[in-house]
Amino acid sequence: MDSLNASIVTLILLLPIAGAIAVTLLPDRGKTPCWTALITTLVTFGFTLHLPAYFAMGASGFQFEINRPWIENPAIFYHVGVDGLSLWLVVLTGLLAPVGVLASWRAIHERRKVYYSLFLVQQTAMFGVFVSLDLFLYYGFWELSLVPMAILISMYGRRNGPKAAVKFFLFTFIPSAPLLVAILWLYARTGSFDFATLQGAIASGSLPTGALRWSALAFLAAFAVKVPVFPLHGWLADTFSEAPVALAMVVAGKLGLYSMLRFHVGLFPAQARALAPLLIALGAIGILYGACLALAQRDFWRLVAFAAVSHFGLIVLGIYGLTTTGWNGAIYQILNQGVFESAIFVLLGALHLRYSTSQIGHYGGLAGRLPQTATLFVIASLAMIGLPMLNGFIGEFLVLSSTFTGVSRAWAVWGTVGVILSAAYMLWLVQRIFYGTESELVVSRPATDLGFAESIAVWPLAVLMLVMGLAPWLWMRAIEAGPNPLEWRNALALQPVAPHGALQVSATAEGPR
Amino acid sequence: MNGSLDLLLIPVLPFAGFLLNGLLGRGLPKWLVGTIALLAPLASFAVVLRAALAVWGIGSTTPALPYVETCPIPWIDTGTLHIDFSFVLDQLSLVMLLIVTGVGFLIHIYSVGYMGEEEGYWRFFAYLNLFLFFMTVLVLGGNALLMFVGWEGVGLASYLLIGFWLHKKSAADAGYKAFIVNRIGDFGFLIGLFLLLANFGTLTFAEIASKLEANPGWQGGALTAIALCLLVGAAGKSAQLPLYVWLPDAMEGPTPVSALIHAATMVTAGVYMIVRTHFLFDRSPFALAVVAIVGAATALFAATIGLVQTDIKRVLAYSTVSQLGYMFLGCGVAAYSAAIFHLVTHAFFKALLFLSAGSVIHAMGGEQDMRKMGGLRKSLPVTFWCMTAAVLAIGGFFPFAGFFSKDAILYAAFLHGTGGKVLWFVGFVTALLTSFYMFRLWYLTFLGEPRSEAPHHHATPASMWSVCVILALLSIFGGWIGFGDGLGRLGAFLSPVTGIRAAETGAGNLELYLSIAAVAMAALGWWIADRLYRQRPQRPAELAASLVGPYRVLSNKYYVDEFYRATFVKPLMGISTYVLDWMVDKALLGGGVWVLAGIAKFFGAILQRWQSGNLRSYAGWLAAGAAAVLLFILLPWSSLLATWFGIHLNWGGH
Repeated sequence: MDSLNASIVTLILLLPIAGAIAVTLLPDRGKTPCWTALITTLVTFGFTLHLPAYFAMGASGFQFEINRPWIENPAIFYHVGVDGLSLWLVVLTGLLAPVGVLASWRAIHERRKVYYSLFLVQQTAMFGVFVSLDLFLYYGFWELSLVPMAILISMYGRRNGPKAAVKFFLFTFIPSAPLLVAILWLYARTGSFDFATLQGAIASGSLPTGALRWSALAFLAAFAVKVPVFPLHGWLADTFSEAPVALAMVVAGKLGLYSMLRFHVGLFPAQARALAPLLIALGAIGILYGACLALAQRDFWRLVAFAAVSHFGLIVLGIYGLTTTGWNGAIYQILNQGVFESAIFVLLGALHLRYSTSQIGHYGGLAGRLPQTATLFVIASLAMIGLPMLNGFIGEFLVLSSTFTGVSRAWAVWGTVGVILSAAYMLWLVQRIFYGTESELVVSRPATDLGFAESIAVWPLAVLMLVMGLAPWLWMRAIEAGPNPLEWRNALALQPVAPHGALQVSATAEGPR
Repeated sequence: MNGSLDLLLIPVLPFAGFLLNGLLGRGLPKWLVGTIALLAPLASFAVVLRAALAVWGIGSTTPALPYVETCPIPWIDTGTLHIDFSFVLDQLSLVMLLIVTGVGFLIHIYSVGYMGEEEGYWRFFAYLNLFLFFMTVLVLGGNALLMFVGWEGVGLASYLLIGFWLHKKSAADAGYKAFIVNRIGDFGFLIGLFLLLANFGTLTFAEIASKLEANPGWQGGALTAIALCLLVGAAGKSAQLPLYVWLPDAMEGPTPVSALIHAATMVTAGVYMIVRTHFLFDRSPFALAVVAIVGAATALFAATIGLVQTDIKRVLAYSTVSQLGYMFLGCGVAAYSAAIFHLVTHAFFKALLFLSAGSVIHAMGGEQDMRKMGGLRKSLPVTFWCMTAAVLAIGGFFPFAGFFSKDAILYAAFLHGTGGKVLWFVGFVTALLTSFYMFRLWYLTFLGEPRSEAPHHHATPASMWSVCVILALLSIFGGWIGFGDGLGRLGAFLSPVTGIRAAETGAGNLELYLSIAAVAMAALGWWIADRLYRQRPQRPAELAASLVGPYRVLSNKYYVDEFYRATFVKPLMGISTYVLDWMVDKALLGGGVWVLAGIAKFFGAILQRWQSGNLRSYAGWLAAGAAAVLLFILLPWSSLLATWFGIHLNWGGH
C-alpha cells in the first residue's frame, strides 16, 4: 500500500467527483443514486484512512505531497499535501460523508441525482480546501464549496430555501472577493501562489507592511464570516433551519477555522498577532453570546445554530491565544465539534422528518417512544456540553486552561461561564423534547424509532465521542507535529501575555513555579 | 500474587455492568439484569476489601500507602499539560471506597426489591452502576482532573436517576435543576483547576502537596483563591449554602437513589474533596474560616426548614443538607478526620433513614406525606426499629454512631479559637433542632393512630428489610471506629493523610462536659417533639396558626427558590430574549445586513426563477461558473495585476 502514498491525495480528491459523474450517468431508479453515493463516500473514507495509517506521526511539515506545475502563466501549481493540522480534518470529512448520505437516505426523496451529485462535488471541494498548498488552487476549492451548498439549500430548503440560500451565498461570497484580491496581490508581489513561498516572503519582511495588513484582514474577513465568528453569524441560523441535514453539518466551522489556522495565522503571523486581542475578545464574547441566544430560542435548528456560534467562539479563543496547548485544543475541538454536531444534526433531522416541525414547544415525552433517539441525543448533548470522558471536554479544557494560564485570566473566566450555560440550553432541549408528558403532536403522530440507516450513521459517532474523550493522544500525536504557534510568537520576539499579578502568592518573591 | 491491588478493576467493573445493562438490558430477563447489576458492585467491593485487608496486614503483601497505579498511556499530554490516568489508594480513599462500594452494594440489593415492578428496571440499574463507576473514579483519582471526571460524572448519574421516571415532569425539572446548580459549582472547580495549573503547573495532588511542603512560607494569596474556588465546587456538590437548592428537589427520584446518591455517597464528595486538598486549605486561614461558616450556617439553616416539612423525604433531604453542614464545619476547623468520621456514620444512618422511609412509602403505596401516615409501628415492626436506631443515631444519642462523630466535630470547633465557640454554639443549637425534627418524623410516621386509609399495605420484601437491619447495626455500632484515645481509631488511621493537630489530642474533662451538654440538647429536642406530637397532637397546628409569619417563611423554605428565580433565572432569560436576541441580534446585527437583504431580494427573484426550472439550468449555472474560472485563468493577469495593485499598494502601503 506504500505505493499509494504518492497519489493518495489526488485519489481522495477525484473519487467524489467520479462518484458524482456516476450518479449523473446512472439511472435515477429507486435507491441507485443513494447507493452510488454511499459506496463512493465509503471508499473515499477508506482512502482517507490511508493517511493516518501512513502518516509519520512525529514529523512536522507536509507529507503525501504532490507538486506539479499546472498552468505556466500565471504560475499555478497542483500542490497538495497533508500535515498534522489538516490530517484529521481530511479524515473527518471522509467520515462525515457517508454519515451525510445515510442521513439523507430517507429525508431526500426527490431529484436524488441532483442532490447526490452536488453533495459529492461538495465533498471534493472540502477535501480540496484542506489539502491545497497553492493559494490559487485553494481559492478555487473554497469557492467551489460554496456553490453546491447554496444550490442545495435553495432546492431542498424546508420552508424558505431560496431566501436562506441567497443569504448564505451573499454572506460568504462577498467576503470572498477581497480574499481573491488579496491572493492576487500576493501573487503580483511574489510571482507565486505557493503556500511555503508566500510564507517565506511574508516572513522575510520584504513586502510592504501596510498592504500586508490589509491583505491579512481580507483573508481573516472571509474566514471569519465562513466560520462564523461573532458578530458575523447572521447567515447561520437561517442556513441551519433550511439546509438538508447532510449539508448543515458541514457548512459551518471546520473550513473557516482551518483556513484561519493555515492561511491567516499561518501566513500572516505578525498581523494575526496584532489582531489577536480583538479576536480573543470576539471569541470569548461569542461563547456567551451564542449560549445566551441558544437559551432564548424556541426552534431547535436555531438553538443549535447559536450553540455552534458559542463553540466556534471557544475555538477562535484557542486559536488566537497562540499557546501550544490552546492551539492543539482548538484543533481538537474542531474535530470534536464536527463529530457531536453531526450527531445532533442527524438526530434532529430524524425528528423533523417524523414530526415536520422544529418548534421545541410542540415536542414532549419522546423518550418512551423513541428510546434510541433519546439515548443518542443525550450522549451527543453531553459531549457537546463538555462532560469529561467525552470528547468535548478535552478541547474545552485545553483551550480554557491555556487561556487562563497563558493569555488572559479574565477572558478565560468569562468563557468558562459558557460551561454553565451550555448545560442549561442543551439539557433544556433534551428535557423539552424527550422528558415530561407526551405532547399532542407526539400522541397524534405515531412514529418509529431510528431506522437502520440513521442508527448506523450515529452510533459510530457516539463511540467516537467516547474514544476521543478517553484517548486524545491518538489524534494529538499528529496534531502536535503540525504548525506550532509558539514558533511564530517567539520569532516575532513577542512574549506571551504575562498573567495578571492579582492572584500571586504573597509570601514569596516569585510565587510557585 | 504480584502485589498489585488491581485498583483499575474497582471502577471498571461497575462500568462493565453499566455497559451490559445499558446496551443489552432492554432485552434481558429481570433476574439477569438484577444479577449483573449486583455482581458489579459486589466484585468491586471485593477488590476494595482485598485491598483493605492487605493494608491492614492480612494478606500476602502489605502495600505501602499511598499506593499508586498509573496507566502507562497518559490521558492528556499536549503542550504544557500532562494528565495521567492514575489511581491512588491511601487511607482516605480506602475509607471512602469501603463506604461507596459497601453501602452502594447494600442499596443495590435493596433496589432489587424496591424497583422490582418498575418499567425500565434495566435502565435504573445501568445508571446505578454508572454512578458507582464515576464515584469510584472520583475517590481514586490521583489528580484533580480525574477527580473532576468523577465529579461531573456522578452529577450526570444523579441527573439520569432523578429523571428516571421519564414522564414525570417534576422529576425531569428536578434533574435539570440539579445538573445546572452542580454546574455552577463545577464552574468554581474549573477555575480552581486553572489556578492550580497557573500556580503549580500540575494537577497531581501529590506533586502539589510536596511543592507546598517544600515552601512552608506560601500562605494565602493565590492559595486562598484556589481554596475558595474549590469550595464553590464542593458547595455545589455537597448542597451547601448558597447552592443547596437542588438537593431537596432531587427527592423526586426513586428512594434508593436518594439513599445512595443524595445522602450516603455523592453529596459527601465535597467533603471528600476538601479533605483531599486540605494542604491547600491549611495554608489559608481565611478559606478555612469560610468553609466553617458556610458549614455552620448551612447546618442551622437547613435544620430550621426541616422543622416544618411534611414530605417524609424532604425532611430527610434537609437533614442531609444540615448534616453535610456539620461535615463542612469539621473541615473548616481543620478537624478533617472528624469530618470523615461523620461522613462515614452519616452514610450508615442516613442511608438507613432513606431506606426505611422507602419501606414506609412502599407500604403506603407511594404516599410521602407524613400527615397521612401514623401508627405504622404495628404493620412495619422491622422498619420501625430500624428507623428508631437511625433517629437515635442522627439525633446524637449515646452510644449510637452519630453521637461520636458529631461530638468529635463539635469538640474540635469548640477548641478552635474564639470564633470556634460561636461555631460550636450554632452546631449545638442545630443538634436540638435535628433531634426535634427527626422525632417529629418518627412520631408522625410510626406512632399514634393511622391518619389515612392506606390503600394496601405492601409487605416489605426480605431483600429490603435485611439491608435495613445491616445498616441499623452499623448505625448502632459504627461509632466504634472512632473509639480510642485522642484521634480515635479512624483518626489515627487517617492521620498520614490528614495530619495530626495538637488541638485534637487535647484532653481533660472538657470533652466529656460538652458531650453531656450535647446529649442533653438532643434529649430536649426529643422531649419537645414528644410533647407536641404524642401528648398533644393538636398543638403543632395551633402553634403554626399563632406564628403565621415564621411558619410561612419556613414552609416556603425562606423563599430562596423564588429569590433565585427573580434575581438570576428571569434576568438571564429576559436579557437573552429581549436584549440579545431581539435588540442585538435581530435589530442591530440583522439591521446591519439589511442592505445585503435588499440585494438578496433582487437575486432571490432570479434564483426563484431558476428554482422553478429544470436540471439543465442548474447544470448551465455550473457550466457558467466553470467557464468563468477558465476565463479567469486564461486572461493575462500578470500585466493587469500590476496596474490594478499599483493603486491598491499606494492606498494601503505606508
